[in-house]
Amino acid sequence: MIRVELPVGLRVLANLDREVTLDVPPPVTPRAILDALEGRYPVLRGAIRDFITDRRRPLVRFYACRQDLSHEPLDTLLPDAVARGEEPFLVIGAIAGG
Amino acid sequence: MSGVRVLVGTRKGAFVLTADGKRDKWKVDGPFFSGWEIYHVKGSPVDPNRIYASQSSSWFGQQVQRSNDGGKTWEPTGKEFRYDGTPGTHQWYDGTPHPWEFKRVWHFEPGIDNPDHVYAGIEDAAIFESKDGGASWTELPGLRDHRTGPQWSPGAGGMCLHTIVIDPTNAKRLFVAISAAGAFRSDDGGKSWKTITKGLNSKYIPDPTAEVGHCVHRIALHKSRPDVLFMQKHWDVMRSDNAGDQWHEISGNLPTDFGFVIDVHAHEPETVYVVPITSDQEHFPFEGKLRVYRSRTGGNEWEPLTQGLPQKDCYVNVLRDAMAVDSLDDCGVYFGTTGGQVYASANGGDTWAPIVRDLPAVLSVEVQTLK
Repeated sequence: MIRVELPVGLRVLANLDREVTLDVPPPVTPRAILDALEGRYPVLRGAIRDFITDRRRPLVRFYACRQDLSHEPLDTLLPDAVARGEEPFLVIGAIAGG
Repeated sequence: MSGVRVLVGTRKGAFVLTADGKRDKWKVDGPFFSGWEIYHVKGSPVDPNRIYASQSSSWFGQQVQRSNDGGKTWEPTGKEFRYDGTPGTHQWYDGTPHPWEFKRVWHFEPGIDNPDHVYAGIEDAAIFESKDGGASWTELPGLRDHRTGPQWSPGAGGMCLHTIVIDPTNAKRLFVAISAAGAFRSDDGGKSWKTITKGLNSKYIPDPTAEVGHCVHRIALHKSRPDVLFMQKHWDVMRSDNAGDQWHEISGNLPTDFGFVIDVHAHEPETVYVVPITSDQEHFPFEGKLRVYRSRTGGNEWEPLTQGLPQKDCYVNVLRDAMAVDSLDDCGVYFGTTGGQVYASANGGDTWAPIVRDLPAVLSVEVQTLK
């Protein structure tokens, strides 16, 4: 099972209070995870990536295994530790505020 | 038993404030959609249990929430706002053409015919319509395609369509306001539009009497006289007696005629309310005194309403969608501030008291009168 951590704004939106686990068949990529996530929680469609272009929203970041994967193509293979469920795939709201 | 329900949108969630007809004891529910910007929450005049909320975030984009039980529970609904065809360009801050891009919904205006009919005013400025309770949205492109569209440019807050007013006697007649394009009217349900800016005079644009470019902040009307419009402009309080075909200034003895909100008493069509703000750079009450000004003469002659409002060291703002009136026999008037206070008057503005004092910055206030 793939583990996904969402920022509080998206947890509020999807009525989640903890990490999400998803069954994602290989190859495990950001696109495959997002497809599975949005399939289970349709309210998240458009909140992480654009409806039409699939482009990541500008103030959303993807991290895993201490790497910033935000600028990698959505079809990039994720680290084995994410695929095995040992490490979460992190969806982050970019730092902002005062 | 009559009562009121005040729907409050804030920078960090929505709140629902309820009271019986006396309006002296309030129940505060919320925050709903905690942490999200709630630009506007408004109920259907046909079915008060049907409420629409615009939920947005710089991080996560636009959501639309709908309630069928008066705001107790909410469900997400359609949130795709796609411009009709290829949207073309408007004018950017530097004068160059800039493509229309959806940013957020500023205002929902539920239809007067059925609760599933609702209009949405968005940034970049356009009007959308849903006939299925918000599940799907279709642009009424005649507005954005107006021949002046390529000249429209954003104000400091973005190029937003923030005001939609439906003629309560004629559902085909719509008024909208756009910052900073001006005001428009449709007489055919939104298919075609005309500018309604004659008489506006804005010194902050190169041609003060141009057809477009005026920063209209808010338009209000009384249901018994839908041809009489009141406008709070960037500067100037204005009135039209012919559905916007011609405007004249009614700022009169106001200490400053800059402001955002304007509204009309529920039972007295010549009684109008504004909250004067110091200037376009100083978005706080004149002299640090929070005063609602009331005209009982349809403008020009204004009286300050101060009882119960802070009269020193007050430096909040009252944003354009943050004032509303109820329709109980003794008309209630409500407004919210960027300091998080929501003030209510149960006697037409004579006296005021805060319902709540410490919400996040208030973006919008709407009121439902419950019979």
